[in-house]
Amino acid sequence: MTIVQTATGPAKTMVLNMGPQHPSTHGVLRVLLELDGETVVKADVDIGYLHTGIEKTAEALTYSQTITITDRMDYLAPLSNNLAYCLAVEKLLGLEVPKRAQYIRVLLTELTRIGSHLVWLGTHAIDLGAMSVFLYCFREREKLLSIFEMVSGQRMMTSYFRIGGLALEPPTGWMDRVEDVVRTFPSRFDEYEDLLTKNRIWQARTQGVGLLSASDAIAFGVSGPSLRGSGVDYDVRKYFPY
Amino acid sequence: MTETPDLEKNPTVARIRAWRPEAISELISFRGELTLVVPREHLRPLAEFLAGEPDLAFTFLSDVTGVDRFPVEPRFELNYHLLSISRRDTLRLRVRLPGESPVVESVVPVWPTANWHEREIFDLFGMHFDGHPDLRRMLMPDDWEGFPLRKDYPVEGPR
Repeated sequence: MTIVQTATGPAKTMVLNMGPQHPSTHGVLRVLLELDGETVVKADVDIGYLHTGIEKTAEALTYSQTITITDRMDYLAPLSNNLAYCLAVEKLLGLEVPKRAQYIRVLLTELTRIGSHLVWLGTHAIDLGAMSVFLYCFREREKLLSIFEMVSGQRMMTSYFRIGGLALEPPTGWMDRVEDVVRTFPSRFDEYEDLLTKNRIWQARTQGVGLLSASDAIAFGVSGPSLRGSGVDYDVRKYFPY
Repeated sequence: MTETPDLEKNPTVARIRAWRPEAISELISFRGELTLVVPREHLRPLAEFLAGEPDLAFTFLSDVTGVDRFPVEPRFELNYHLLSISRRDTLRLRVRLPGESPVVESVVPVWPTANWHEREIFDLFGMHFDGHPDLRRMLMPDDWEGFPLRKDYPVEGPR
Protein backbone atom coordinates (compact mmCIF):
# COMPACT_ATOMS: atom_id res chain seq x y z
CA MET A 1 0.00 0.00 0.00
CA THR A 2 1.58 3.25 -1.08
CA ILE A 3 1.00 6.07 1.42
CA VAL A 4 0.77 9.60 0.03
CA GLN A 5 2.06 12.53 2.05
CA THR A 6 -0.18 15.45 1.23
CA ALA A 7 1.60 18.58 0.08
CA THR A 8 -0.61 21.29 1.52
CA GLY A 9 -2.40 19.57 4.35
CA PRO A 10 -5.54 17.46 4.51
CA ALA A 11 -8.26 20.08 4.34
CA LYS A 12 -7.32 21.83 1.10
CA THR A 13 -6.76 19.02 -1.39
CA MET A 14 -8.32 15.77 -2.44
CA VAL A 15 -6.44 12.58 -3.23
CA LEU A 16 -7.90 10.75 -6.18
CA ASN A 17 -6.81 7.29 -7.18
CA MET A 18 -6.47 6.95 -10.94
CA GLY A 19 -6.14 3.44 -12.25
CA PRO A 20 -4.75 0.87 -12.59
CA GLN A 21 -7.56 0.48 -15.11
CA HIS A 22 -8.70 3.77 -16.52
CA PRO A 23 -9.79 4.70 -20.05
CA SER A 24 -7.08 7.27 -20.58
CA THR A 25 -4.11 5.58 -19.00
CA HIS A 26 -3.64 3.54 -22.18
CA GLY A 27 -2.07 0.70 -20.34
CA VAL A 28 -2.03 -0.22 -16.71
CA LEU A 29 -0.75 2.58 -14.52
CA ARG A 30 -1.79 3.75 -11.11
CA VAL A 31 -1.43 7.41 -10.22
CA LEU A 32 -2.41 8.89 -6.89
CA LEU A 33 -3.39 12.42 -7.76
CA GLU A 34 -3.56 15.15 -5.21
CA LEU A 35 -5.99 17.68 -6.60
CA ASP A 36 -6.61 21.28 -5.70
CA GLY A 37 -9.79 21.80 -7.68
CA GLU A 38 -8.79 20.75 -11.20
CA THR A 39 -5.07 21.33 -10.77
CA VAL A 40 -2.87 18.40 -9.94
CA VAL A 41 -0.49 19.55 -7.22
CA LYS A 42 1.18 16.21 -6.64
CA ALA A 43 1.18 12.91 -8.47
CA ASP A 44 2.50 9.72 -6.94
CA VAL A 45 3.02 6.96 -9.42
CA ASP A 46 2.61 3.30 -8.55
CA ILE A 47 3.95 1.14 -11.34
CA GLY A 48 4.76 -2.50 -11.87
CA TYR A 49 1.50 -3.71 -13.37
CA LEU A 50 3.12 -4.13 -16.76
CA HIS A 51 6.24 -5.77 -15.35
CA THR A 52 6.34 -9.14 -17.06
CA GLY A 53 9.84 -10.18 -16.07
CA ILE A 54 11.27 -9.96 -19.58
CA GLU A 55 14.86 -9.76 -18.39
CA LYS A 56 14.43 -12.77 -16.13
CA THR A 57 12.67 -14.76 -18.83
CA ALA A 58 15.41 -13.94 -21.30
CA GLU A 59 17.95 -15.58 -18.99
CA ALA A 60 16.21 -18.88 -19.63
CA LEU A 61 15.98 -18.51 -23.41
CA THR A 62 18.49 -18.69 -26.24
CA TYR A 63 19.55 -15.52 -28.03
CA SER A 64 17.23 -16.34 -30.93
CA GLN A 65 14.25 -17.16 -28.78
CA THR A 66 14.52 -13.83 -26.99
CA ILE A 67 13.62 -11.98 -30.20
CA THR A 68 9.98 -12.93 -29.76
CA ILE A 69 9.74 -11.34 -26.34
CA THR A 70 11.40 -8.13 -27.51
CA ASP A 71 8.29 -7.48 -29.65
CA ARG A 72 6.28 -7.13 -26.49
CA MET A 73 8.45 -4.49 -24.87
CA ASP A 74 7.06 -1.54 -26.78
CA TYR A 75 4.21 -3.17 -28.60
CA LEU A 76 3.51 -0.09 -30.69
CA ALA A 77 6.93 -0.39 -32.32
CA PRO A 78 7.80 -4.09 -32.23
CA LEU A 79 10.33 -3.95 -35.06
CA SER A 80 12.29 -1.27 -33.22
CA ASN A 81 12.74 -3.54 -30.26
CA ASN A 82 13.67 -6.45 -32.54
CA LEU A 83 16.30 -4.27 -34.16
CA ALA A 84 17.78 -2.92 -30.95
CA TYR A 85 18.14 -6.41 -29.54
CA CYS A 86 19.60 -7.90 -32.73
CA LEU A 87 22.08 -5.03 -33.04
CA ALA A 88 23.23 -5.61 -29.47
CA VAL A 89 23.77 -9.34 -29.96
CA GLU A 90 25.46 -8.78 -33.32
CA LYS A 91 27.81 -6.28 -31.70
CA LEU A 92 28.69 -8.75 -28.96
CA LEU A 93 29.38 -11.44 -31.54
CA GLY A 94 31.24 -9.07 -33.84
CA LEU A 95 28.87 -10.18 -36.58
CA GLU A 96 28.56 -8.27 -39.83
CA VAL A 97 25.09 -8.04 -41.30
CA PRO A 98 24.65 -7.99 -45.10
CA LYS A 99 24.13 -4.47 -46.44
CA ARG A 100 20.75 -5.27 -47.96
CA ALA A 101 19.43 -6.60 -44.68
CA GLN A 102 20.72 -3.51 -42.89
CA TYR A 103 18.79 -1.26 -45.26
CA ILE A 104 15.61 -3.30 -45.05
CA ARG A 105 15.78 -3.39 -41.27
CA VAL A 106 16.19 0.36 -40.88
CA LEU A 107 13.49 1.02 -43.48
CA LEU A 108 10.98 -1.16 -41.68
CA THR A 109 11.99 0.28 -38.34
CA GLU A 110 11.33 3.80 -39.56
CA LEU A 111 7.90 2.73 -40.83
CA THR A 112 7.31 1.27 -37.38
CA ARG A 113 8.28 4.60 -35.88
CA ILE A 114 5.63 6.32 -38.01
CA GLY A 115 3.08 3.75 -36.89
CA SER A 116 3.90 4.36 -33.25
CA HIS A 117 3.67 8.11 -33.66
CA LEU A 118 0.31 7.76 -35.39
CA VAL A 119 -0.99 6.02 -32.30
CA TRP A 120 0.43 8.77 -30.13
CA LEU A 121 -1.22 11.51 -32.16
CA GLY A 122 -4.51 9.70 -32.59
CA THR A 123 -4.91 8.81 -28.94
CA HIS A 124 -3.79 12.23 -27.78
CA ALA A 125 -6.37 13.80 -30.06
CA ILE A 126 -9.17 11.54 -28.98
CA ASP A 127 -8.36 12.12 -25.32
CA LEU A 128 -8.92 15.80 -26.02
CA GLY A 129 -12.09 15.12 -27.94
CA ALA A 130 -10.90 15.25 -31.57
CA MET A 131 -12.27 11.90 -32.61
CA SER A 132 -11.85 12.14 -36.35
CA VAL A 133 -8.07 12.57 -36.07
CA PHE A 134 -7.96 9.28 -34.21
CA LEU A 135 -9.76 7.51 -37.03
CA TYR A 136 -7.56 9.08 -39.70
CA CYS A 137 -4.36 8.12 -37.88
CA PHE A 138 -5.49 4.55 -37.53
CA ARG A 139 -6.55 4.45 -41.16
CA GLU A 140 -2.96 5.35 -42.09
CA ARG A 141 -1.64 2.82 -39.64
CA GLU A 142 -3.60 0.07 -41.41
CA LYS A 143 -1.40 0.57 -44.47
CA LEU A 144 1.72 0.12 -42.35
CA LEU A 145 0.38 -2.91 -40.55
CA SER A 146 -0.46 -4.56 -43.85
CA ILE A 147 3.14 -4.04 -44.99
CA PHE A 148 4.40 -5.74 -41.81
CA GLU A 149 1.96 -8.55 -42.37
CA MET A 150 3.14 -8.93 -45.93
CA VAL A 151 6.81 -9.33 -45.01
CA SER A 152 6.58 -11.17 -41.71
CA GLY A 153 3.14 -12.73 -41.52
CA GLN A 154 2.27 -10.65 -38.49
CA ARG A 155 0.67 -7.22 -38.17
CA MET A 156 2.15 -6.41 -34.79
CA MET A 157 4.38 -8.95 -33.04
CA THR A 158 6.54 -9.34 -36.09
CA SER A 159 9.75 -10.94 -34.75
CA TYR A 160 10.97 -10.37 -38.26
CA PHE A 161 14.64 -9.66 -37.62
CA ARG A 162 17.16 -12.30 -36.75
CA ILE A 163 20.65 -12.22 -35.36
CA GLY A 164 22.54 -11.54 -38.55
CA GLY A 165 19.71 -10.24 -40.72
CA LEU A 166 16.12 -11.08 -41.48
CA ALA A 167 13.93 -14.09 -40.86
CA LEU A 168 12.56 -14.24 -44.39
CA GLU A 169 13.13 -12.70 -47.77
CA PRO A 170 10.53 -9.94 -48.26
CA PRO A 171 8.02 -10.96 -50.95
CA THR A 172 7.99 -9.29 -54.36
CA GLY A 173 5.75 -6.28 -54.49
CA TRP A 174 6.41 -5.11 -50.96
CA MET A 175 8.39 -2.09 -52.13
CA ASP A 176 5.35 -0.94 -54.13
CA ARG A 177 3.42 -0.72 -50.89
CA VAL A 178 6.24 1.14 -49.21
CA GLU A 179 6.43 3.59 -52.09
CA ASP A 180 2.68 4.10 -51.85
CA VAL A 181 3.10 5.01 -48.20
CA VAL A 182 5.91 7.43 -48.96
CA ARG A 183 3.81 9.03 -51.71
CA THR A 184 0.53 9.40 -49.86
CA PHE A 185 1.38 10.00 -46.22
CA PRO A 186 2.73 13.57 -46.39
CA SER A 187 -0.59 14.95 -47.61
CA ARG A 188 -2.39 12.97 -44.91
CA PHE A 189 -0.18 14.58 -42.29
CA ASP A 190 -1.13 17.92 -43.78
CA GLU A 191 -4.75 16.95 -43.15
CA TYR A 192 -4.01 16.38 -39.48
CA GLU A 193 -2.30 19.75 -39.29
CA ASP A 194 -5.35 21.39 -40.85
CA LEU A 195 -7.52 19.82 -38.20
CA LEU A 196 -5.33 20.45 -35.19
CA THR A 197 -2.49 22.92 -35.40
CA LYS A 198 -4.56 26.13 -35.49
CA ASN A 199 -7.51 24.64 -33.66
CA ARG A 200 -8.37 26.79 -30.65
CA ILE A 201 -9.40 23.88 -28.49
CA TRP A 202 -6.25 21.94 -29.34
CA GLN A 203 -4.09 24.94 -28.55
CA ALA A 204 -5.89 25.71 -25.32
CA ARG A 205 -5.49 22.19 -24.07
CA THR A 206 -1.87 21.73 -25.05
CA GLN A 207 -0.13 25.09 -24.70
CA GLY A 208 1.36 25.50 -21.27
CA VAL A 209 0.26 22.02 -20.20
CA GLY A 210 2.87 19.66 -18.83
CA LEU A 211 5.88 21.72 -19.86
CA LEU A 212 9.25 20.02 -19.68
CA SER A 213 12.25 22.30 -19.87
CA ALA A 214 15.38 21.25 -21.71
CA SER A 215 17.44 21.04 -18.54
CA ASP A 216 14.76 18.97 -16.81
CA ALA A 217 14.56 16.66 -19.80
CA ILE A 218 18.30 16.03 -19.65
CA ALA A 219 18.26 15.65 -15.87
CA PHE A 220 15.42 13.13 -16.05
CA GLY A 221 17.03 11.12 -18.82
CA VAL A 222 14.28 11.81 -21.33
CA SER A 223 15.17 10.64 -24.82
CA GLY A 224 13.79 10.60 -28.34
CA PRO A 225 10.97 12.86 -29.53
CA SER A 226 10.23 14.05 -26.02
CA LEU A 227 13.80 15.30 -25.65
CA ARG A 228 13.66 17.02 -29.01
CA GLY A 229 10.28 18.45 -28.08
CA SER A 230 11.95 20.11 -25.12
CA GLY A 231 14.35 21.80 -27.47
CA VAL A 232 17.43 19.59 -27.16
CA ASP A 233 19.04 18.77 -30.47
CA TYR A 234 19.82 15.09 -30.04
CA ASP A 235 18.89 12.28 -32.41
CA VAL A 236 20.66 8.96 -31.92
CA ARG A 237 20.10 8.13 -35.59
CA LYS A 238 22.34 11.04 -36.52
CA TYR A 239 24.80 10.96 -33.64
CA PHE A 240 25.35 7.20 -33.46
CA PRO A 241 23.93 5.80 -36.69
CA TYR A 242 22.97 2.16 -36.82
CA MET B 1 38.92 -7.53 -22.68
CA THR B 2 42.24 -5.83 -23.37
CA GLU B 3 43.95 -2.99 -21.64
CA THR B 4 46.17 -1.33 -24.20
CA PRO B 5 48.44 1.66 -23.68
CA ASP B 6 46.39 3.62 -26.25
CA LEU B 7 43.44 3.84 -23.89
CA GLU B 8 45.41 6.02 -21.51
CA LYS B 9 45.65 8.55 -24.35
CA ASN B 10 41.85 8.75 -24.59
CA PRO B 11 41.05 12.36 -23.64
CA THR B 12 38.46 11.45 -21.03
CA VAL B 13 40.78 8.91 -19.42
CA ALA B 14 43.66 11.39 -19.44
CA ARG B 15 41.51 14.04 -17.74
CA ILE B 16 40.44 11.62 -15.04
CA ARG B 17 43.99 10.42 -14.46
CA ALA B 18 45.12 14.02 -14.11
CA TRP B 19 42.38 14.70 -11.58
CA ARG B 20 42.40 11.48 -9.56
CA PRO B 21 44.33 8.53 -11.01
CA GLU B 22 42.94 5.99 -8.53
CA ALA B 23 39.38 6.63 -9.75
CA ILE B 24 39.95 4.11 -12.55
CA SER B 25 41.09 0.65 -11.52
CA GLU B 26 40.75 -0.96 -14.95
CA LEU B 27 40.23 0.14 -18.54
CA ILE B 28 38.25 -2.00 -20.94
CA SER B 29 37.79 -1.43 -24.64
CA PHE B 30 35.43 -3.80 -26.43
CA ARG B 31 33.77 -3.34 -29.82
CA GLY B 32 34.68 0.32 -29.81
CA GLU B 33 33.12 0.99 -26.41
CA LEU B 34 35.14 2.29 -23.49
CA THR B 35 34.40 1.03 -19.99
CA LEU B 36 36.02 2.41 -16.87
CA VAL B 37 36.04 0.13 -13.85
CA VAL B 38 35.69 2.39 -10.81
CA PRO B 39 36.24 1.45 -7.17
CA ARG B 40 32.98 2.08 -5.36
CA GLU B 41 34.28 4.81 -3.09
CA HIS B 42 35.24 6.88 -6.14
CA LEU B 43 31.99 6.50 -8.05
CA ARG B 44 30.16 9.51 -6.69
CA PRO B 45 33.08 11.96 -6.95
CA LEU B 46 33.84 10.69 -10.43
CA ALA B 47 30.20 11.13 -11.41
CA GLU B 48 30.26 14.72 -10.23
CA PHE B 49 33.52 15.29 -12.08
CA LEU B 50 32.29 13.82 -15.36
CA ALA B 51 28.99 15.68 -15.26
CA GLY B 52 30.36 18.96 -13.96
CA GLU B 53 33.48 19.54 -16.04
CA PRO B 54 32.44 21.63 -19.08
CA ASP B 55 34.89 19.90 -21.41
CA LEU B 56 33.59 16.47 -20.39
CA ALA B 57 29.90 17.34 -20.01
CA PHE B 58 28.52 13.86 -19.38
CA THR B 59 25.25 15.40 -18.30
CA PHE B 60 22.97 12.64 -19.56
CA LEU B 61 22.64 9.33 -17.77
CA SER B 62 21.16 6.92 -20.28
CA ASP B 63 20.86 3.90 -18.05
CA VAL B 64 22.04 2.12 -14.95
CA THR B 65 21.95 -1.66 -15.14
CA GLY B 66 22.72 -4.28 -12.56
CA VAL B 67 24.37 -7.65 -13.06
CA ASP B 68 24.43 -10.60 -10.71
CA ARG B 69 27.54 -12.66 -11.36
CA PHE B 70 26.71 -15.34 -8.77
CA PRO B 71 28.66 -17.36 -7.77
CA VAL B 72 31.61 -15.22 -8.93
CA GLU B 73 32.85 -12.61 -6.44
CA PRO B 74 32.58 -9.61 -6.43
CA ARG B 75 29.03 -10.75 -6.99
CA PHE B 76 27.29 -7.62 -8.16
CA GLU B 77 28.11 -5.21 -10.91
CA LEU B 78 26.62 -1.85 -11.80
CA ASN B 79 26.98 -0.31 -15.23
CA TYR B 80 26.38 3.40 -15.66
CA HIS B 81 25.85 4.46 -19.27
CA LEU B 82 26.77 8.09 -19.76
CA LEU B 83 26.18 10.35 -22.71
CA SER B 84 27.57 13.76 -23.52
CA ILE B 85 25.10 15.42 -25.86
CA SER B 86 27.31 18.40 -26.58
CA ARG B 87 30.39 16.27 -27.34
CA ARG B 88 28.57 13.31 -28.95
CA ASP B 89 30.44 10.93 -26.70
CA THR B 90 29.46 7.93 -24.63
CA LEU B 91 31.12 6.25 -21.68
CA ARG B 92 30.43 3.33 -19.40
CA LEU B 93 31.32 3.23 -15.71
CA ARG B 94 31.44 -0.13 -14.01
CA VAL B 95 31.35 -0.67 -10.26
CA ARG B 96 31.73 -4.10 -8.68
CA LEU B 97 30.13 -4.76 -5.33
CA PRO B 98 30.61 -7.69 -2.92
CA GLY B 99 27.72 -10.07 -2.42
CA GLU B 100 27.31 -9.71 1.32
CA SER B 101 27.22 -5.92 1.31
CA PRO B 102 26.25 -4.47 -2.06
CA VAL B 103 26.15 -0.80 -1.14
CA VAL B 104 27.23 2.18 -3.19
CA GLU B 105 26.58 5.89 -2.95
CA SER B 106 23.61 7.16 -4.89
CA VAL B 107 24.24 9.40 -7.89
CA VAL B 108 20.79 10.97 -7.80
CA PRO B 109 22.20 14.42 -6.92
CA VAL B 110 24.29 14.28 -10.10
CA TRP B 111 21.73 12.75 -12.46
CA PRO B 112 18.16 12.91 -11.05
CA THR B 113 17.05 10.25 -13.50
CA ALA B 114 19.09 7.76 -11.48
CA ASN B 115 16.29 7.90 -8.90
CA TRP B 116 14.19 5.29 -10.67
CA HIS B 117 17.12 3.31 -12.07
CA GLU B 118 18.52 2.82 -8.57
CA ARG B 119 15.09 1.97 -7.18
CA GLU B 120 14.61 -0.68 -9.85
CA ILE B 121 18.02 -2.19 -9.10
CA PHE B 122 17.24 -2.18 -5.39
CA ASP B 123 13.88 -3.80 -6.09
CA LEU B 124 15.18 -6.55 -8.36
CA PHE B 125 18.75 -7.13 -7.09
CA GLY B 126 18.77 -5.91 -3.53
CA MET B 127 21.70 -3.53 -4.01
CA HIS B 128 21.56 -0.55 -1.71
CA PHE B 129 22.16 3.09 -2.64
CA ASP B 130 23.32 5.34 0.18
CA GLY B 131 21.70 8.72 0.20
CA HIS B 132 18.90 7.83 -2.21
CA PRO B 133 15.94 10.08 -1.36
CA ASP B 134 13.29 7.35 -1.62
CA LEU B 135 14.71 3.86 -1.88
CA ARG B 136 11.75 1.52 -2.01
CA ARG B 137 10.38 -1.13 -4.32
CA MET B 138 8.98 0.04 -7.60
CA LEU B 139 7.95 -2.85 -9.83
CA MET B 140 7.28 -5.56 -7.29
CA PRO B 141 4.56 -5.04 -4.66
CA ASP B 142 5.80 -3.21 -1.57
CA ASP B 143 5.60 -6.29 0.60
CA TRP B 144 7.42 -8.66 -1.78
CA GLU B 145 10.16 -10.82 -0.33
CA GLY B 146 13.25 -11.65 -2.29
CA PHE B 147 15.04 -10.09 -5.25
CA PRO B 148 13.80 -11.56 -8.54
CA LEU B 149 16.74 -10.77 -10.86
CA ARG B 150 19.28 -12.48 -8.64
CA LYS B 151 20.62 -15.64 -10.21
CA ASP B 152 19.58 -17.74 -7.23
CA TYR B 153 15.94 -16.63 -7.60
CA PRO B 154 13.93 -19.11 -9.67
CA VAL B 155 12.60 -18.06 -13.08
CA GLU B 156 9.16 -19.44 -12.24
CA GLY B 157 8.98 -17.34 -9.10
CA PRO B 158 8.67 -18.50 -5.50
CA ARG B 159 6.46 -21.56 -5.14
